[in-house]
Amino acid sequence: MAQKEEKTVVNDIDRSFYDFRFEEKEDEIFKVDEGLTEEIVLEISKEKGDPDWMRDFRLECLKTYNELSFPQWGPSIDGLDMNNIITYIRPKEKKMAAKWDELPEDIKNTFVNLGIPKAERESLAGVGAQYDSELVYHNVKDETAKLGVVYTDIESALHGPYEGMIRDHFMHLVPPTDHKFAALHGAVWSGGSFVYVPKGIHLEIPLQSYFRLNAPGAGQFEHTLIIVDEGAYCHFIEGCSAPKYNVANLHAGCVELFIEKGATLRYSTIENWSKNMYNLNTKRAKVEEDGKIEWVSGSFGSHVSYLYPMSVLSGRGAKSEFTGVTFAGAGQDLDTGTKVLHNAPDTSSYINTRSISKSGGISTFRSSVVVTEKAKGSKSSVACESLMIDDDSRSDTIPAMDIRTSDCDIGHEARIGRISDDTVFYLMSRGLNEEDARALIVSGFADNVGKELPLEYAVEMNNLIRLEMKGTSG
Amino acid sequence: MSEELLVVKGLFASVDDKEILHGIDLTVKSNETHVIMGPNGAGKSTLGSVLMGDPRYKIDKGTVKLSGEDITGLTPDKIAKKGMFLSFQNPIEVPGITLSNFIRSSIEARTGEHIRVWDFKKRLESLMKVLDMDPSYAERDLNVGFSGGEKKKAEILQLLALSPKIAILDETDSGLDVDAVKTVSDGIREYKDNTDGALIIITHSTKILEALTVDRTHVLVDGRITKEGDGSLVDDINENGFENYLR
Repeated sequence: MAQKEEKTVVNDIDRSFYDFRFEEKEDEIFKVDEGLTEEIVLEISKEKGDPDWMRDFRLECLKTYNELSFPQWGPSIDGLDMNNIITYIRPKEKKMAAKWDELPEDIKNTFVNLGIPKAERESLAGVGAQYDSELVYHNVKDETAKLGVVYTDIESALHGPYEGMIRDHFMHLVPPTDHKFAALHGAVWSGGSFVYVPKGIHLEIPLQSYFRLNAPGAGQFEHTLIIVDEGAYCHFIEGCSAPKYNVANLHAGCVELFIEKGATLRYSTIENWSKNMYNLNTKRAKVEEDGKIEWVSGSFGSHVSYLYPMSVLSGRGAKSEFTGVTFAGAGQDLDTGTKVLHNAPDTSSYINTRSISKSGGISTFRSSVVVTEKAKGSKSSVACESLMIDDDSRSDTIPAMDIRTSDCDIGHEARIGRISDDTVFYLMSRGLNEEDARALIVSGFADNVGKELPLEYAVEMNNLIRLEMKGTSG
Repeated sequence: MSEELLVVKGLFASVDDKEILHGIDLTVKSNETHVIMGPNGAGKSTLGSVLMGDPRYKIDKGTVKLSGEDITGLTPDKIAKKGMFLSFQNPIEVPGITLSNFIRSSIEARTGEHIRVWDFKKRLESLMKVLDMDPSYAERDLNVGFSGGEKKKAEILQLLALSPKIAILDETDSGLDVDAVKTVSDGIREYKDNTDGALIIITHSTKILEALTVDRTHVLVDGRITKEGDGSLVDDINENGFENYLR
């Protein structure tokens, strides 16, 4: 049947668009020494003016960090030497801006290049922008603030009326003992956002945070804490990028989402870290009765990723939807997926992912669905499809299920494939060249995620795919 | 006098080192309608795919010329741009692009010119009417979830929208009910009436040919053309089968 005379080889592409960087002078930045010691943790805590409980929590986390071992089961993180990572780095002039013009020129230009101020004007209710370790820009539209919606950097929130709320939630869902990088996060976290949507408020326009890690050899450890109160709705978008360096960078953020009774949160991510990044991020949502979490996750960047957003369905009728796409190119080992814990009756989860690998990239889908005895009448459906663009690439699927009640409805479907020669021929026979035909097939393959994204992000995702597929004439 | 549009000379083609076409000669002039008949596995579909430049087949010998230009070994997109069209026996489902956007991209790729969305929409709507297609299909993903009949109609819709110089219809009538065959052949007549394009119809049955004037019939057996004649050959095969042309 199908005959290919030569092995398909797909060239890698130039993604230098994200690599621009405005050089800062050494004396304009403040940073701690490389590595991780009690002194460094105390220095960060002092620098941030932590309340005492937070300082003590950090030290506790450091202890846990030293006790836990590195994960032994996923992609190799041998290239990551914690002694070389700068855990805290920020521009010396520490001031949160509420207007882009108030930012230092180089930082402002970075975000202008990434199109953030424009997106804010056109389609967002509020924006936070983090540059290395600190949020440098924050602004919420008046209409949004009037609804009682709180969207601020987490440090300010710690020093205001929401301190108690933060203390009651901070790393309660992702305890530092969860894994080594959760402990690391607890010790050196900095930046991130706090969002509170009051009861019954429907925030139709999304909020967005953009994370930019600009310094070589640095780590970013932002914490995102979102509480959507009863019956409320919110859409939160995060975007991330970094220029490429030859040294390892580390991202160990933590996202904790609390979705109260009857509330819905949509959490969208387009992750496009540079390919020297170790992305060891932890995201978790706790969903109460009739609440719903909708994860939309696009993973395009990073050298190594461990990313499994988890939904804890703890109230009757709670729902989780996870839609994800992962694209692993040359030198990338992306281990992504999701976890769901059904811990109440009549809960449901729906998982739908696509992964694409090319030029020797490795993409692994890993999922875990646990249905406890309490979760009678629950439903879960897992569908994952993988596409390998060439013969050098690899794709694995590791779905795990632990079902403790017979009164539930569980479905699983996995498919691994290649771009079919039939389809390429069909599209080319109408006049499309091979590169366009292949890009179209891959975009179509990832379309389930594209459809879930706000338009401008769908366009960005398609551009990324197009960029990645350049020069892939097989 | 119509010009020689497609000239195939001594064409040998193989897949996985297995020769399937053993020296095909075929000349089609503009405005002509040719029919290729033959038993299953004779290489009819292979011939269509090879002419369209399917890279899975290797041309071992021979030449293919379109409007006097040598197109042997060109990629399918280049052959398409020179005016050839293949209606697939099994049209492929492609999620992520709508039928309408696909046809528009195809026209733009072939002509290198941008077409105005509004003009295109109007034209597509009127063509869909000819084929008795529900206009909502234009906004559905290409062939995804289409019935067998709708897929074939979508192929003919592309034929009409792209108006190629020559179209190869590979078993366009197979698997269709009587009404659908009638609609599809109306579409094919529309193409014949409005262009001076030529047709090569690969078929098992004669239903689709009823509304068309056949200029030339070729019988393909085991990768060779074993008999050629005018339109009456179709009736002969219809009555007596391929028995007389096997060798």
